[in-house]
Amino acid sequence: MSVSLASAMTPSSNVQAQNGSNASAFPLPVKVEIRNVGFYYGKFHALKNVSLSLHDRRVTAFIGPSGCGKSTLLRILNRIYELYPNQTATGEVLVDGQNILSPGLDLNLVRSKIGMVFQKPTPFPMSIHDNITFGIKLYERLPKSELDDRVESALRRAALWDEVKDKLRQSGLGLSGGQQQRLCIARAIAVQPEILLLDEPASALDPISTQRIEELIAELKSDYCIAIVTHNMQQAARSSDYTAFMYLGELVEFDETERIFTHPRERRTEDYITGRFG
Amino acid sequence: MDLYARRRFSNYLVVGLSLCATAFGLLFLVFVLGTLLVNGIGALNLSLFTQATPPPGSSGGLINAICGSLAMTVIATAIGTPTGILAGTFLAEYAHNSRLGELVRFINDILLSAPSIIIGLFVYTILVVPMGHFSAWAGSVALAIIMIPVIVRTTEDMLTLVPNALREAAAALGAPKWKIIVTITYRSAVQGMLTGVLLAVARISGETAPLLFTALNNQFWSSNLNAPMANLPVVIFQFAMSPYVDWQALAWAGALLITVTILLLNIGARMFASWSGLGK
Repeated sequence: MSVSLASAMTPSSNVQAQNGSNASAFPLPVKVEIRNVGFYYGKFHALKNVSLSLHDRRVTAFIGPSGCGKSTLLRILNRIYELYPNQTATGEVLVDGQNILSPGLDLNLVRSKIGMVFQKPTPFPMSIHDNITFGIKLYERLPKSELDDRVESALRRAALWDEVKDKLRQSGLGLSGGQQQRLCIARAIAVQPEILLLDEPASALDPISTQRIEELIAELKSDYCIAIVTHNMQQAARSSDYTAFMYLGELVEFDETERIFTHPRERRTEDYITGRFG
Repeated sequence: MDLYARRRFSNYLVVGLSLCATAFGLLFLVFVLGTLLVNGIGALNLSLFTQATPPPGSSGGLINAICGSLAMTVIATAIGTPTGILAGTFLAEYAHNSRLGELVRFINDILLSAPSIIIGLFVYTILVVPMGHFSAWAGSVALAIIMIPVIVRTTEDMLTLVPNALREAAAALGAPKWKIIVTITYRSAVQGMLTGVLLAVARISGETAPLLFTALNNQFWSSNLNAPMANLPVVIFQFAMSPYVDWQALAWAGALLITVTILLLNIGARMFASWSGLGK
């Protein structure tokens, strides 16, 4: 299915109507279509009527000041918010046309197709090898040799293999922060998801590790639909194709990254990216 | 400078008072341990571990009481550990913010501080009276009831300490909740949970009151769990109150044995907690 951004965004009252020329700027198919999504923490209305589309094999960055709802939006896309009581989402999130917010769905199956990497590295208390195989073993029964191949290819893709190949049986907790985060990325891609959600994946890392993660994102983009939340505007500018600027729970502007950073349509966007607030 | 001098003075004063309080507390611990050692070591000999409790005036040992205590502690642990860990898991993972959870937690806290003699009387009423006789089973159940709230509490606390980020990371891979608990949460908390179990074992190994009403005591060797069974705390209680010198000596030896065992259990729990394996 190929829904143009312009038509996907028309229902939103918060976003200015796009001009038709933008539609042709998004040639790749839409992977995730977010339609009129709202979110509540108890009674607090954290997200208001957000609509936009994420394209396959493209990186979409979410920027905005703290508390603007960008992480919240990401947490809706795999329904991870449901681990907590009193959190509710409204609207629709269509992944390949299927609404993943509908109640009848097998939630675990949905999540197995959507990888997520968090702000702080979250290695499981087990060996590096077992960290990777944990997710694989949930849904696939593979012979040991094939499992080892999957571990190796995931670690290679996450640019971690050379550093850990001799200590796969050691605890994942013994790695450095940057290595742990790449381990988490390897763990997420080892289950061969279709979508990758990155929630400020580099914010707890030093500049060199950050650079490696960004290189990794550029590399992974050829296979996945990637959504990244970031506080770092340079990072958004460097590593994304599309950027969504959010403010106070609303989607203010969504466009190609280049356009957002050079000719933002909205005054608030311009103020934010030029550092006047946020 | 006047303000600075006053602050320094009050600092010295409070540090001094804290040291005094610490010394006061430690003094009695050392006093108890010292008295036990002085009186107990003289009574220690090999026949403690080979002979059963003697009638007054003849020589004997404590083997029936040692084995009875061991058997009842093992059975109590076998009942109390799974129950406590499952209930603690329920509180931490399933009912953290629910009313039912709060109710269970509240009742557990009451049970945690319930006098052990009341638990003894309770088991006497529900097991000993209907069965018509005292038994090691009843003793084990009473000890298990004392263990359970301790384990529930430590398990819940330890599971709550596991960062939610780990659960989220596992859930994001599509893991079902039970799988997350068994493979991720337990693994992160295993040291703390086992420490809790060891501390609960240490707690029950010296309990006397609940056994008085349940397992009672037995002068002779018995491996029948359906009959009264000797155990160290009740033997100590009985022998220490007796007028016979050799019984009193056996009571000191038994007290020393229990104390050393509890000490070792506690040290073991500590070592286990700081053991840096995969857990932390």
